[in-house]
Amino acid sequence: MDAIFLQLLNGLDKGGAYALIALGLTLVFGTLGVVNFAHGALFMLGAFCAVTFNKLLSLEKVVVDETQQTAWGTPLEVRTPYIESWFGEFGSFLLNYSVPVSILIAIPVMLLIGIVMERGLIKHFYKRPHADQILVTFGLAIVLQEVIKHYFGANPIPQAAPAAVAGSADIGAWLGLGDGLVYPWWRLVYFGFSAFVIAAVFAFLQFTTYGMVVRAGMRDSETVGLLGINIQKRFTVVFGIAAVVAGLAGVMYTPILPPDYHMGMDFLVLSFVVVVVGGMGSLPGAVLAGFLLGILQSFASMNAVMSIFPGINQIIIYLVAVVILLTMPRGLLGREGVMEE
Amino acid sequence: MSRLTMTRRGLLKAGAASGVALAAPLSFVRGAYAEDFCNMPTGSSVTLGFNVPQSGPYADEGADELRAYQLATKHLNGEGDGGLLNTFSSKALKGNGILGKKVEFVTGDTQTKSDAARASAKRMIEKDGAIMITGGSSSGVAVAVQGLCQEMGVIFMAGLTHSNDTTGKDKRRYGFRHFFNAYQSGLALGPILADELGKDRTAYHLTADYNWGWTQEESIKDATEGLGWQTANAVRTPLGAGDFSQYLTPVLNSGADVLILNHYGKDMVNSLTQAVQFGMREKQVNGKDFQIVVPLFSRLMAQGAGENIKGILGTTNWNWSLQDEGSKAFVKSFGQEYGFPPSQAAQTCYVQALLYADACERAGTFYPPEVIKALEGFEFDGMGNGETLYRAADHQCFKEVLVVKGNENPQSQFDLLEVVKIVPREQVTYDASIFGGDLGPADAKTC
Repeated sequence: MDAIFLQLLNGLDKGGAYALIALGLTLVFGTLGVVNFAHGALFMLGAFCAVTFNKLLSLEKVVVDETQQTAWGTPLEVRTPYIESWFGEFGSFLLNYSVPVSILIAIPVMLLIGIVMERGLIKHFYKRPHADQILVTFGLAIVLQEVIKHYFGANPIPQAAPAAVAGSADIGAWLGLGDGLVYPWWRLVYFGFSAFVIAAVFAFLQFTTYGMVVRAGMRDSETVGLLGINIQKRFTVVFGIAAVVAGLAGVMYTPILPPDYHMGMDFLVLSFVVVVVGGMGSLPGAVLAGFLLGILQSFASMNAVMSIFPGINQIIIYLVAVVILLTMPRGLLGREGVMEE
Repeated sequence: MSRLTMTRRGLLKAGAASGVALAAPLSFVRGAYAEDFCNMPTGSSVTLGFNVPQSGPYADEGADELRAYQLATKHLNGEGDGGLLNTFSSKALKGNGILGKKVEFVTGDTQTKSDAARASAKRMIEKDGAIMITGGSSSGVAVAVQGLCQEMGVIFMAGLTHSNDTTGKDKRRYGFRHFFNAYQSGLALGPILADELGKDRTAYHLTADYNWGWTQEESIKDATEGLGWQTANAVRTPLGAGDFSQYLTPVLNSGADVLILNHYGKDMVNSLTQAVQFGMREKQVNGKDFQIVVPLFSRLMAQGAGENIKGILGTTNWNWSLQDEGSKAFVKSFGQEYGFPPSQAAQTCYVQALLYADACERAGTFYPPEVIKALEGFEFDGMGNGETLYRAADHQCFKEVLVVKGNENPQSQFDLLEVVKIVPREQVTYDASIFGGDLGPADAKTC
């Protein structure tokens, strides 16, 4: 029972990340009709916003101590973070909370990156075949990866969760399931955060005039244009919002997965499967499929399951995708007419 | 019937003629090698091929390997402070290149992919005239490139490769490994685990699902079960899984009190980080503190796990904190050149370059069958791991192995591993026949 409950939590947590990335992908596809293979790179760039912020906070004052030597015979450098020497305890607090605080940096940065990406490159490919869009966005993803690798190296860079939520929560005691049932605090925070961001995106689209126009544009952009609304401009903003969503997913994922230049690619393929299973262009479908596949992936990794179906943990997502597409060709919540012409 | 008479002048002439006659076949034979093997150096220089991961997940390790090779090249050519040439027990290297020829090099990018590594090695041999190929940061790559080098008759001095297969079932006459292997990790780590954790333990293995992971799991299981430990389960995880939560949660209620992570690189960083987040280091099972073991540690990659490596036991081929003369000399040379200490990958690559050069000097030729003979059974010291043997039967080096643990009180960003024990060579020596394999012929090839 404990094992099943823990796998359910794992699935929700993993599904949260899949859903956030897939949500952005679907937004871009639903508005602009672009299959954006650089979306995983946006997730990675978000994570590196947190890394950069932490590095800025960790800039050190270097004092050469001539009385001590390194193992290779040069004078020892004594390093102290500027932030701690300037701001004392507040500096230490900022360093401790660098991951959540970097959300404030990531929002404008990712919005800007998204808008520049759309205006600078992707808009030139709207009328080109999907194959061209895939090629150019995939190429862009590789370029972004290599830029990050050049500046940050290939090794993962650890980012610590704030000390207050660095350990494990005793959820067994909370839920009356007995002692010893623990789950990492930060993963619970991540699940709550992803649920909040998903709700915020839906609320924006559902309850604001801007969102209503965007939804109308997703249905029929020509008619919305005939009403005198510059729908392209709004779609550009939507691209920026999709970049922000992916970026925030990346920022908050850094304490779970030490970021490296390749982390976006690791999530990209799975996220496309999520989008296809959910139904191309369907936002609720992306969220539903994200959580569904995350949970299935976790349960497929249980020892009891793997002892009956060896290797099922590695193919379950694709197996489910095949079954769903055979039985429901438009995906779980796909609309008629999307990518069917 | 004539009489045989010998005058003093005749004796001198006969002596001189005999001298010429005796000397002639030697110079003739040396020259004859030129016609018989791939990339015989004919000019004033000799080209070595450094095949390292310059892109992909192990690019940082590859960059450190390349730094080490560049330093080795400098030292072989008589530049810099000479590094390990000063401490190496063999005094054949004089700092005038190899056999008087200046050492030059070309590089290839393995990308940590077997096909890409073979392609770049082939290019360096066929297009750039590399007489020897060295480097790499993966056993899959090492086995693939070693096979190619055997086919082409070019010596391969492996870089970082830890699978038993490299010098076991996939061993090749033209391939040589200085780095230790998974079986040696088990032999070295077993007694320390018994001392530190006791003999009544239950282990749970998470293993990277590829060649190296399998051989490491097998070796560590052999070692721990030999101590009397139980194995609760051994689960294979996909390479590059990223999130290991679904593999870690079953550990929590499996009854195991030790988690053994047969992961390397990014997988090790991720699985270890996440295991710590799941509270495994604070957990009590069977009345004992739960422990995590990482059998193969890399200081360069341990940086990615940050604080999480503190107190975690494992093994490593070499660490910059060693205080023998060879290690100190290498750390000094490397540190002064680049401003930070070398990794174990850098050390093994540097040593491999020097060992190849030394073998050529001792053989007096670049002719591969003779260089192979010079390397086989070669005993040396002063390179940082104590007295070392390049065993002829499988081309595996036998030397001291380090059992380390994550440093609880690091003095610098590089001071991540604390040496728990230097395990003597005798304790990590095993019978070459246990892994099978066939070295194959040493015949020279043309290319």
